[in-house]
Amino acid sequence: MSDAIDTSGAAADGFEPRITAFVCNWCTYTGADLAGTSRLHMASNVRIIRLPCTGRIDPLFIIKAFERGADGVIVSGCHPADCHYTSGNYHARRRFAVFHDIMEFIGVDPRRMTFSWVSASEGSKWRDVVNEAVTNVRALGPFEAYRALAPKDVGVAAPAGPGAVAAPASAGIKAEAS
Amino acid sequence: MNELHELARTLLTDGTVRVIIGWEDARRGARPAFITDPADTDKLIFDTRCVHNLVTYLNPRRDNVAELGKIGLVVKGCDAKAVAGLLREAQLNRDDIVLIGVRCGGVLEESELAEAVALSAENVAPRCFGCDNREPKLVDHLLGEAQPEPPRPIMTIDERVEALEARPLEERWAFWTEQFSKCVRCYACRQVCPLCVCERCVAEKTRPQWIDSSAHPRGNMSWNITRALHLAGRCVDCGECERFCPVGIPLSLVNRKLQQIVSERYGYTVSDDPENAAPIGDYRLDDKQEFIK
Repeated sequence: MSDAIDTSGAAADGFEPRITAFVCNWCTYTGADLAGTSRLHMASNVRIIRLPCTGRIDPLFIIKAFERGADGVIVSGCHPADCHYTSGNYHARRRFAVFHDIMEFIGVDPRRMTFSWVSASEGSKWRDVVNEAVTNVRALGPFEAYRALAPKDVGVAAPAGPGAVAAPASAGIKAEAS
Repeated sequence: MNELHELARTLLTDGTVRVIIGWEDARRGARPAFITDPADTDKLIFDTRCVHNLVTYLNPRRDNVAELGKIGLVVKGCDAKAVAGLLREAQLNRDDIVLIGVRCGGVLEESELAEAVALSAENVAPRCFGCDNREPKLVDHLLGEAQPEPPRPIMTIDERVEALEARPLEERWAFWTEQFSKCVRCYACRQVCPLCVCERCVAEKTRPQWIDSSAHPRGNMSWNITRALHLAGRCVDCGECERFCPVGIPLSLVNRKLQQIVSERYGYTVSDDPENAAPIGDYRLDDKQEFIK
């Protein structure tokens, strides 16, 4: 893959996906750092959250990311046999296999969730993972389906108190219409 | 039935146990019963209405039950799997309980009937079809006569999962968001689950608040996904969460899907053998990783 940022499939409205990456401290974070110090060009849509180990990444982190507006997520850590804590990535592999499959069953497009092993020396792999994830999510569009679950501003009546009774009737109508 | 009454009376009289937890007949059908007096053992019943998984009373946080003293528990095959789950996770000492297994030919989906009725395709609990543990092995006593296979329900859970999976992603999302949106967050699914034994559930943690506590679609989605994931490879398919759900969320479909995932990926089938390690918390060096780049 070249250094050029792939913008194919960019939506006409200029949609740029927001992607949250949960990466382990020892391999992928260092690999991403290497990508940066090597000045590799890559899509800038990814916000990295560094954790000690993929074994520390609870699927709730991903759910929370979607809740807060992420269009896609990346989970990445040490290759099998490379875990700093010996087995954290093996545990994570099982956990995310189940998570991946059940999310697909519930109706979340698996292309919104990228899982990868990126070692400290694989700066260029990190670039490829990021670019591919961004391309995929850009093609899928914003994750409106998840955002639509958020509580709406339903125009709840103002709390009773001084002036509440005296409020003009139109205020209520206005709140309802908004 | 006399067999059960006599055994319960003997266990209570000779002091082997201090309480027998089983089922009794009540105005609205079978219900759990705690028998401490040998004279009351004739109240115990076992028939197709005995749907409840009584293992939920072995939850170590229920110290009011533990205070009654050593427990004799009546279990069906699915219930015995839940006991194995607690033993596997060191939530229970095998020596602290006496297990009275009953041979089971399936139970009703609906327990609130004045009298036991024979099972049919219309009334059988769908999970009973294809049950692999109708004679529990993890027991101290096994009672009753050999029972026939439970009837095939009109549509099996596997068929319903398959039908759902045949629909496109967007329709599945629409289906589940609609189902989960009905959730009233009573947490009955969690409270009745014999394996939801955390002292403090993540749904109750507020610093940070991982799961929105009010019953709106976003928090409901988060809760229902989390509940399912925490039972991956642990759920024994006793069906209590779905039976307890006041709004009829088809949790058995999610639970069955989880069973299929751990079976296909890790060859794991939940059993009443506590030595059989559960798949989450365990791993193999060569686990499938086709979803990982």
